Amino acid sequence: MDPTAIITNLKFLFYGYSAAFIVLLGFVILLVRRSRRIDQELTRLKSLVENK
Amino acid sequence: MREKLIYTLGILGTLVMVYNLHTIFLDLPDEAMQGAVYRILFIHVPAVINAFTFLAVALCTSVAFLATKKFIYDSISVACIEVATAFMLVNLVTGSIWGRNQWGIWWTWDLRLTSMLICFLLYLGYLLMRPAITEPTQRATMSAFISIFAFADVPLVIMAIRLPNVRTQHPGPVLETGNLAPAFVPPFLLGMLALFLIGSALVLVRLHQETSRREIDSIRRELHAV
Repeated sequence: MDPTAIITNLKFLFYGYSAAFIVLLGFVILLVRRSRRIDQELTRLKSLVENK
Repeated sequence: MREKLIYTLGILGTLVMVYNLHTIFLDLPDEAMQGAVYRILFIHVPAVINAFTFLAVALCTSVAFLATKKFIYDSISVACIEVATAFMLVNLVTGSIWGRNQWGIWWTWDLRLTSMLICFLLYLGYLLMRPAITEPTQRATMSAFISIFAFADVPLVIMAIRLPNVRTQHPGPVLETGNLAPAFVPPFLLGMLALFLIGSALVLVRLHQETSRREIDSIRRELHAV
């Protein structure tokens, strides 16, 4: 395999794994942000019920 | 207890993945025809196998919801489908990048790729449809029907490279045909285990969110009733 092909191969390998981890990390961030929002809403509603 | 389990699964999955990446990048030799880029296989295939595993769980829980009308089954379905959709996206994106390097094109409309894209879009539709229905029982029932209907595409994706008279550009199956070199099998299996552990942790997080949402809904109804 010629050196140009080896470099191209490595470049696409890097793109592939980067894309996979960006998708997974993005999904984890989405879940964490949603969890925080839901917990805040639940705490707010619970305190509202207690005050009634 | 639940949080401990999530952290244990997540950390264990991450450790297995880091160890496996070390093996994939530093220990395994380049493949004779493809060079280094074949290593995408170690995330591309485990992602879709885990996605289909979670979709099979979602299928069972969707049927269970329709049979029992217990909302816990609907929660498990949505949790599994959301994680599976993320894994399917990983599969599609990594496959496209591999294809650009090996075939010279990002995409081709052959049976395997097209059925996989349709599968992803069906489940994406499921996730986008849910917030549109506000009544919980109606939402869960509709979701269960869509989940069962969408799963019909999964066997087609699996069979697309196994059918005798179908020409596809996608490479054939590697595990059951023995086309995978013995040295590549352990990292392949470890990749599946790592994604399964991480995916299970994410499903549990998503399941907890659904439970909290139902609690929010019931408190809101309580407050409106007062």
